[in-house]
Formats: sequence, C-alpha cells, structure tokens
Amino acid sequence: MKLNKIILSFVSALVILFSTSVASFAKVVGDKIILGAAISLTGKYSSNGVHTQNGYNMAVDRINSMGGVKVGGKTYKFDIIYYDDESNPKRAAQLAERLISQDGVEFMLGPYSSGLTKAIAPVTEKYGVPMVEANGASRSLFTKGYKYLFAVLAPANLYLDVAIETAVELNGGKPVRIAQAFEQDAFSQDVRLGILDAAERTGSKIIIDDKLPKELNDMAATLVKVKQMKPDVLVVSGHTKGALTAIRQIAEMKVDVPMLAMTHCDAAKLSKQHGKNSQYALCASQWHKSLTYKDDFFKDGMTYAADFEKEFGYDPPYQSAESSAALLVFKDAFERANSFDQKKVRDALAATNMQTFYGNIKFAPGGQNVDKPMVLFQVMCDAAGKCENKVVAPLKWASAKLIHPVPKWSER
Amino acid sequence: MDFLVFQYPMITVQACLDGILLGVLFALIAYGMALQWGVMNIINIAQGDLVILGGYIAYFMYLYGIHPAWGVIVAPIIMYFVGIAIYKLVINKVVDRDLFISILATFGISILFMQLMNFAFGADVVLANSGYGTTMLFDNNVVLPNSKIFSAFISILFAVCLVIYMKKSKLGRAIRATAQNARAAKILGVDTEKVYAATFGINAALCGVAGALISITFTIHPYMGLPYTIRSFMIVIVAGLGNLPGVAMSGMGLGVFEEFADYILGTEFRIGSVFLLLVLILVYRRFKLSRKREYLK
Repeated sequence: MKLNKIILSFVSALVILFSTSVASFAKVVGDKIILGAAISLTGKYSSNGVHTQNGYNMAVDRINSMGGVKVGGKTYKFDIIYYDDESNPKRAAQLAERLISQDGVEFMLGPYSSGLTKAIAPVTEKYGVPMVEANGASRSLFTKGYKYLFAVLAPANLYLDVAIETAVELNGGKPVRIAQAFEQDAFSQDVRLGILDAAERTGSKIIIDDKLPKELNDMAATLVKVKQMKPDVLVVSGHTKGALTAIRQIAEMKVDVPMLAMTHCDAAKLSKQHGKNSQYALCASQWHKSLTYKDDFFKDGMTYAADFEKEFGYDPPYQSAESSAALLVFKDAFERANSFDQKKVRDALAATNMQTFYGNIKFAPGGQNVDKPMVLFQVMCDAAGKCENKVVAPLKWASAKLIHPVPKWSER
Repeated sequence: MDFLVFQYPMITVQACLDGILLGVLFALIAYGMALQWGVMNIINIAQGDLVILGGYIAYFMYLYGIHPAWGVIVAPIIMYFVGIAIYKLVINKVVDRDLFISILATFGISILFMQLMNFAFGADVVLANSGYGTTMLFDNNVVLPNSKIFSAFISILFAVCLVIYMKKSKLGRAIRATAQNARAAKILGVDTEKVYAATFGINAALCGVAGALISITFTIHPYMGLPYTIRSFMIVIVAGLGNLPGVAMSGMGLGVFEEFADYILGTEFRIGSVFLLLVLILVYRRFKLSRKREYLK
C-alpha cells in the first residue's frame, strides 16, 4: 500500500514536470515573444530593480498596444517572465539558467547593476541567448569578447570624463588639479579609470585619490584633505550612499571646491533629501527627460516622463528610461532579422543603428553603446528652496548655463 | 604613503577630534555588546541591525516633521521592547547553550531583520537632517559638524546614566551579580530570567540611541548593520568584558587610530589597518593570558 503511494506520487510528479516543461518550452508561444529577466525585486538593489522592471513593463505595454512586433508577416506581442534575483549574483546566475533551460526562454533582458549583469552574461553566452541589458555599465563587461551581450547604455568609464574636460575648458584650456574618491566596487572603479584617462589626456594632475570602503558612510577624512589641498575639481562616485554622504559632509564641513561632480544623484534623490545643500552638484546621467531624441513609440523624453509618471506615480529615473529603450532595440532587431533564429537576431542586434527617445543606439563589437554621450546636469535651486536638475553639458542639450565656480559656503 | 599629517599640521588636530567623536558613538554600541556578552555569554551578531532599526525610528520621526534628535528618547523606549521580544522569542532558548549556538541564532536574527527592514522601509539609503550647524576652530582650519558633537555628548550622557544605574539600582546590582556568577545569583534569589531579559532590552535600547544618532550624523540602509557589529565586537575584544572605561578608551583609541591610518596609509587601508590591529591585540592578549596561566599553575 505504502509502496503504491510512493510509485503513484513519483509518476504524478514526473507527469507534472513533463507537462510543464513541454508547455513552456517555446520562445514564441502563439503570438507571444517571451523574454526572460532576473531582476532585483528584493534585497539591496530593489529600488533600482523596480525602476528597471517599470521601464520594461512600460515599453512592453506601449509596443504591444501600438501594433506589436512584425516577423514573417505575422504580428507578435512581447511578454516577460520575471524572477527575483534577491540582489544576489549567484541567484541571478541560477535564475538565468532556469529561464533558459527550464522555461525555454531564448531572448533575455538584463538585470539591474553591473555586478549582476556580470553574473548572468557567462550563462547567456554559453547558451547563445541574445541579451539586451540596460543597467550594467562596467567596462569589464565589454572587454570579455561576449558575442551575445548588448548594452544600450554608455560604459562606466565615460560617466564623468565630460566633467574633467569641462573643468579644463573653463580653466582656459589649462590642466586642473583633481581630487577623487571612489567606492571600491566594479562600477565606481571604472568611473575612476575614465577620470585617469581624462586627466592624462588633458595633462591634469590627480592630487587626492581615495578608495572608499563598500560600507561607506563617512568620508570626512577625504574632505579634510580636500579642504587643505584645495583642488579645482572633486569627483565622487559611490552609488547612492556615496552621493548622500558626500553632500551631507561637504555641507557640514563647509568644504569649498570650484566643481563637484558625482554619480547617482537622481537615484539618491539628492535634491529631495538634502534640499539646498545639494545645489551646484554636477551629476552624470545616462539620460535626462529634456534631451531631444525622438522615436515613434514614446515620442520624446518629456512625453515619456509624463506617461511614466501617469502610470507609476513618479518621475522616471534614467534606469527606467534605458530599460524601456532595451525593448525598442529588441523589437527593431526582431523585425530586421525577420526571424526568431537566435543567431540571426544576434546579428541584427549587432547591426543596430537607431534613435530612441533615450538616445542613439549603435553597438561596438564589445557590445557597449557607442553612439550616446553621457549628459551632465547641475542641481539648481530657486529662492524658495525648490531644486531641479538642469542639463548643462553637452552644450547641444544644455537647458541652463553651468554655474562655475561653485559659490563659497560663506557667500551662500 | 602620504605624509599629509606632517604637511598640514591642522589635519592632526582634525583627525584626533574626528576620531574621538566617532569613537564615543561606537563605544556606546560596544558597551551594549559587552554588557550582554558578559552577563549572558552571547555575542550578538544582530547588534548592528538593532542600531539601524533605531536609526529608522528617528528617520520616520523626521519624515513626520518631528526633529530627529527626539529619536534619542523615543528610539530606546521602542527598542527596549523589541529587545525584550527578541529575548522571549529566541534568545532565552539559547542563553545557556554554548557561544556558537548563540552566534548562529543571532546571525539568523540579523538576516531576518535586514530582510524585514528592506521589505518595510525599502532599499534606499536615507538620512535625517538635524539642521545643526558647524563649529569652526583654529581659523576655520578644523571643522566639527555639530551633529557629531551632539552624538558624542548624548553617547556620553547615556553611558554615564547607565553606569550609575548599574551601580545604584536593584536591577543593576542583580545584573552585575548575574554576570559574576549566574548560579550563585540564582541561589541567592535573583530572578536570572528577568535579568537576562532586562539586559537584552537595555542593550537594544542602547542600540536604539546609537541608531538615532547615526541617522543624524551618517546615513542608514537596511544592509548597513554588519560594520557596526564588527566595530563594536572589536572594541569589546580590545577592552575586555565588563570594563566600561576600557570600552570608552578603546572606542576612542580605535577611532583616532582609524583616522590616522586613513591619512598616513591611504583610505583604502583604513579598515584593513584596524583589522590588523585587532589581530595584533588578540595575539598579544593570548600571550598575556597564557603567561598568567603559567603563573597560576
């Protein structure tokens, strides 16, 4: 009797396993193109994970409602299978395996952050699954010779070198003295490499080069050095905690520096959390809603921002915009490949050359987008204390003039 | 290697003051850890997470328009009961077991707290603005944010109150008796169960105070607790158990040491140098201990 029960449950387990794997083993089911994504819905990246997911969902709805994807004379709609990677690289790699080998997904969207993208890329590469990612900017992703990885965003080393070039330009073409503090993680260290390149190009000198710990919440020591050595530019990158800590301590310690450039200002909601103290900070951004790029689906940045806010109730950070752009790239590639063959789609992706509301997209052999410059915005506040991010470089899109040098604390 | 300290002498003053102000705050967290370690023989890995939870209490007060400095009164009250609850649910089952079991149990609590805080408060890095200004000394060459001075002052105040409480009150005496010899205390009529619960509650309350101060001085995030656990663990290791002046001195000493390591060796060696010091002290203490044992033989 007991043996019967065991056999029965074993057989039924097999049947269930077999039936589910048959049902889901298809990249295109009916009129649906199924994409897979492991995203950080919990854990330390969950805020940005949600921004990423919202960006993906927004684009899926928009593309589907505007006629879908046309392949071989038939119209298809996008659908995404999401898993929560818990902000954990190991889990992300497992989930990528699961999406590909169990769920039969043949096309992937990227996770949030360079670290997680690094964990997933070897898996998609092994199975030859094209992945368009929108949130992994680390340079090391693009030097490994991956053939199936495409990033719609500019690599991390380009984040802040515009700031150095601008500083040199404002200094009458003469080299500047740079102080820099970077968290010891893949992304921030790549930003650092970009600054080193820019310094070498312009003959500028790096006088402070601090590496901050991962659990950074105090950079007073760096700021004391800045106060004593008086550099022309201070560059900080350490995700949201770096941006928040820097602004808090610069204001508290009244550190005067002519130019302050950093990353992750909008993710850190600088102007909301720090108000006027964040004024004049220069921030690197992949995208800003005031840019004038256009496409047929979202029209332009302003329309995208308005639609996004209507749907999700907040102003879209660039993480959402670039995630939406990833779907536009996939749609374009499917239609040009006119097939669901992974190799053909991969080749079509490699040949991408298009404009989206997010920016121009054209991939280098390494997979990074080489056709979209970074923008710099500056936090500017009015007399009532309401702060806004205004694009100041490149000049083509500047909506305000860069305020330089930053007024001294004693004059504010 | 930089020699900024020598090029700019004011950095020395700044480093000492920064180190002391920071060290006092860490000493408060470490004192809570030393207390429960001494009394209950429990190393609480969730110490840092209790600190962060205290920080969130102050942060939410700030969000609702109450000045976050009031957090140093509200957070310990709430955290005391959180501490008692943790004791009743988990700690009382491991309190008489060996140290390893308690480390595992509190490690579990730590993970649970991190995830719960992340779930409840979100993964954004947040802070509470106190609006306290800055004190400038020596011709504006040395700057001390008033929030740091406030933190140090409150930490000292709480530490002093606690010392007096431990010396004078009935519960304080019972706690000290239990720490010395739990069995004897029990025989003499001390309700050790109650003492343990109160000790854990007091520790959580201290963490609450420290957390509120950290939300004013630094930033908080659900996953930022572990460094505080490690830091207080180190302070306790250096100072030894049941030695409050020792804890305060080792807190400040480590703070100053860290600042100087930053200026002399570079920021990337800041944490590393503290760990190196820890290893050296452990080796030295063991050496001293073994000498003592020989003497006892």
